[in-house]
Amino acid sequence: MGRETQTEGKPSASFDTVAASAMMKELQAAYCSGTTRSYGWRISQLKCLLRLTEDHGEDIAQALRSDLSKPELESYVYEISMLKNSINLALKELKKWMLPEKAKTSLTTFPSSAEIVSEPLGVVLVISAWNYPFLLSLDPVIGAIAAGNAVVLKPSEIAPASSALLAKLMGEYMDGSAIRVVEGAVAETTALLEQKWDKICYTGNCRVGRIVMAAAAKHLTPVLLELGGKCPVVVDSNINLKVSCRRIIMGKWGCNNGQACISPDYIVTTKEYAPKLIDALKKELERFFGRDALESPDLSRIVNTNHFSRLTKLLDEDKVSVKVIYGGERDQSKLKIAPTILLDVPRDSLIMNEEIFGPLLPILTVDKLEDSFDIINSGMKPLAAYLFTSDNKFRERFVRNVSAGGLVVNDTAIHLAVPSLPFGGVGDSGMGAYHGKFSFDTFSHKKAVMYRGFIGDADIRYPPYTKTKVRLLQALVSGSFLAIIRALFGRS
Amino acid sequence: MEEGSGDLGRELEEMREYYVTGTTRQESWRRAQLKGLLRFVKENEDPIMDALGRDLGKHPAEAYRDEIGSSIKSLNYALDHLKAWMSSKKAKLPKIAILTKAEIISEPLGLVLVISSWNFPFGLSLEPLIGALSAGNAVVLKPSEISPICSSLLATRLINYVDAKAVKIVQGGPTIGEQLLRYRWDKIFFTGNAQIGRLVMAAASRELTPVTLELGGKCPAVFDRISSSFERKVAVQRVLGAKFSACAGQACIGIDYILTEKSLGATLVDTMKSMMEKLFGKNPKESRSIARIVNRNHFLRLKNLLDDPVVKATIVHGGSMDEHNLFIEPTILMNPPLESAIMTDEIFGPILPIITLQNIEDSINFINARPKPLAIYIFSKNSSLKRRMVKETSSGSVIFNDALIQYLVDTLPFGGVGESGIGQYHGKFSFDAFSHPKAVARRSFLVDLWFRFPPWNDHKLQLFRSAYEYDYLGIVLTVLGLNKPRGASSKV
Repeated sequence: MGRETQTEGKPSASFDTVAASAMMKELQAAYCSGTTRSYGWRISQLKCLLRLTEDHGEDIAQALRSDLSKPELESYVYEISMLKNSINLALKELKKWMLPEKAKTSLTTFPSSAEIVSEPLGVVLVISAWNYPFLLSLDPVIGAIAAGNAVVLKPSEIAPASSALLAKLMGEYMDGSAIRVVEGAVAETTALLEQKWDKICYTGNCRVGRIVMAAAAKHLTPVLLELGGKCPVVVDSNINLKVSCRRIIMGKWGCNNGQACISPDYIVTTKEYAPKLIDALKKELERFFGRDALESPDLSRIVNTNHFSRLTKLLDEDKVSVKVIYGGERDQSKLKIAPTILLDVPRDSLIMNEEIFGPLLPILTVDKLEDSFDIINSGMKPLAAYLFTSDNKFRERFVRNVSAGGLVVNDTAIHLAVPSLPFGGVGDSGMGAYHGKFSFDTFSHKKAVMYRGFIGDADIRYPPYTKTKVRLLQALVSGSFLAIIRALFGRS
Repeated sequence: MEEGSGDLGRELEEMREYYVTGTTRQESWRRAQLKGLLRFVKENEDPIMDALGRDLGKHPAEAYRDEIGSSIKSLNYALDHLKAWMSSKKAKLPKIAILTKAEIISEPLGLVLVISSWNFPFGLSLEPLIGALSAGNAVVLKPSEISPICSSLLATRLINYVDAKAVKIVQGGPTIGEQLLRYRWDKIFFTGNAQIGRLVMAAASRELTPVTLELGGKCPAVFDRISSSFERKVAVQRVLGAKFSACAGQACIGIDYILTEKSLGATLVDTMKSMMEKLFGKNPKESRSIARIVNRNHFLRLKNLLDDPVVKATIVHGGSMDEHNLFIEPTILMNPPLESAIMTDEIFGPILPIITLQNIEDSINFINARPKPLAIYIFSKNSSLKRRMVKETSSGSVIFNDALIQYLVDTLPFGGVGESGIGQYHGKFSFDAFSHPKAVARRSFLVDLWFRFPPWNDHKLQLFRSAYEYDYLGIVLTVLGLNKPRGASSKV
């Protein structure tokens, strides 16, 4: 399956509209030839992807270390293992996913039979993010391939080593006639967005999400937008505190040091419980990352100086810096910021009004825990919301009243790893979902197919229209056999 | 609600506040709205038929068949299935996630906007309303000003059958449409043409509002050799009924043009002519079985299509037009030039071009060379042709041996792909179109995989590998020290 690398120019060469358009034509021709539609092709490409992941685990971990100082274990668990799982699930289930689904038809259209057939959309674009550059590039690509599409991947330039490795490996392992990687930044992305795609999947922030959707609107291209938001954690008092703290810490600092779309962004707890929670967090943080967290090899660094400045700005804002109760240390030369906890920052501060995406964790305290609902609902709907409680009633109210992409009770982030759950946002946190079969579905068109026989045609459907026909129509539409009999005999 | 009033913003605010109270989420409320819509239709059959007669010249039988009856059917279906639709769906979990529960809960999106069309002003308003209300949303409906009497009936009467705090009907034209699009919606559902569809999606992108776009296209009917003359007559009757008796061809799923084999062309035209008389009598204008062209704009548009002398020369039946009465006689053309406007634009009128091809299989390439339509109709008894059509063409839906009927099937998704639209509805698909499938995962505090937490080492990495591969035996062996941990540097 090896082919010369199909990278369409490095950032310095120009991948402009002309190049994008030419590439589009090639991919459309490949798609139209029918190559990507066969079960055999899809399976073979998924297997190539599996081999790529298995053969190059070390290279991937190395690239992630270079781009993010990502701890090796995080690379293996959150990117490589999850990808392998995703591919294996697709390999196992693809035949089933590809089967048409029978649809029941009623008396109204008798005799008839119907089914829903999944067909690929065509040529799709996947634009991925920098924080989980392999997972967020390849997981959608798995869905695109499983659904039989040709696909172009544009990895994030903010993780350049990962981007280059993806381009190289995909070029070596995958069928370059239908699968391409385009590296680059704004100019290249713009050139890509001008083309007419059959679907665009974008993972990233709201601002660019709007740009992607607006570009898609020109061509009536459907989109899958995986965005972000401020994922709240509501902490009740009747919990196993140690376990809860560990799970919160893992979701926050154990996920790329807070630079993850589903990382806990801020905590809400009662004034009464806050001191206990804070003490437990501090204790567990020290256990995990040591006294001098800046030295811990188990924390990712901040991805670049841009984000480092952004985060220090949040920390150093007037009236916020005094609220730091743990951490706050930073090392600009190494782009490291230590796990930091803040208590009761002003609601109108910057840190409470934008997605933090970093190792800063504000804790807001309230009198009654129910007040947390208002805080959460007054903001944009987040990608995820978390609750730690043993109170079943409160849990039910939370599930009912808090709208988010997904909810997890008594843990953080794990719903990501459950392929039978749709992973996606709502409102500002995104539209559409994927993972597991949802990936296959999101890159498919569900085509309704209906078969009718020639007998049993109701003349009554057609002109010339008479009163009897109207009566019969009423009966037929109601689908009631009795009504039809009645109407035929002139009564209704 | 007055047109263009500055109170619009305030009224929408109030609707949002009402939505937040949670009233619209209760099953009893949703049921009451659906029952209200059902009563509206049943109690206003005569005024509805009258309005459709005046706006579009539809015969009461056509009005019943296409809008009243279909809405009653859909409302009954929704009432029967509402509880099932609202119930949460359990999600399968891998064994290792023991003590975790996962489910998908459908929640309403919030305040949604439905923009409907003029050709089926009741049906295309009610079907999306059924979806929006059964899903528990507050909804604003903007019916089309091009069918003003129908629009007014909806605004003045329908509103009395539903909760006016959560349902509003706004009358008006493009200005009010633009105004509405400037507000923030949680979903926009649009039925209309592709040009406006693009504008709607562009407006929606500003607020990251998801959209369903039910657009149109040129829906072809492929007419194969049918040896039985009885069946051929049935097929022709269905074609003519679908083309001319549903709003005089002004339907998004109406048959736009026919593809048939050269050798069949003449017989087809003859059969059509004799069928025409059976359906519409010697004088179709007098038959009252054909709707009018909706307004002068569209009349002139259609007149222009026919006025092209090269096109006019291909008329084999009909062709007469009455501008005063906005009536166009059912007209058949034989092989108008493919570059003429009538073969490039969606016709949306009672003009039926027949294009003959060397072989019927050529229709596949013919269709694929053009934008994906909302529906493809195939009249054939040839199994291999049928299989090829499903596999090798793409459209919203594919119907064999009939036309339009897919509109009535609640179990089939109704919507387009590519230029013909984004998203689907009808039946449960309507409910889903206006819902967010929220993933909810619950964990217990017991049984944590202790190796989830840093500091990291090879031992923990091995455990992770086993865990993620659902290799339970591996976990046990590793814990017992019987599995040599593989370091991070070795192949996975």
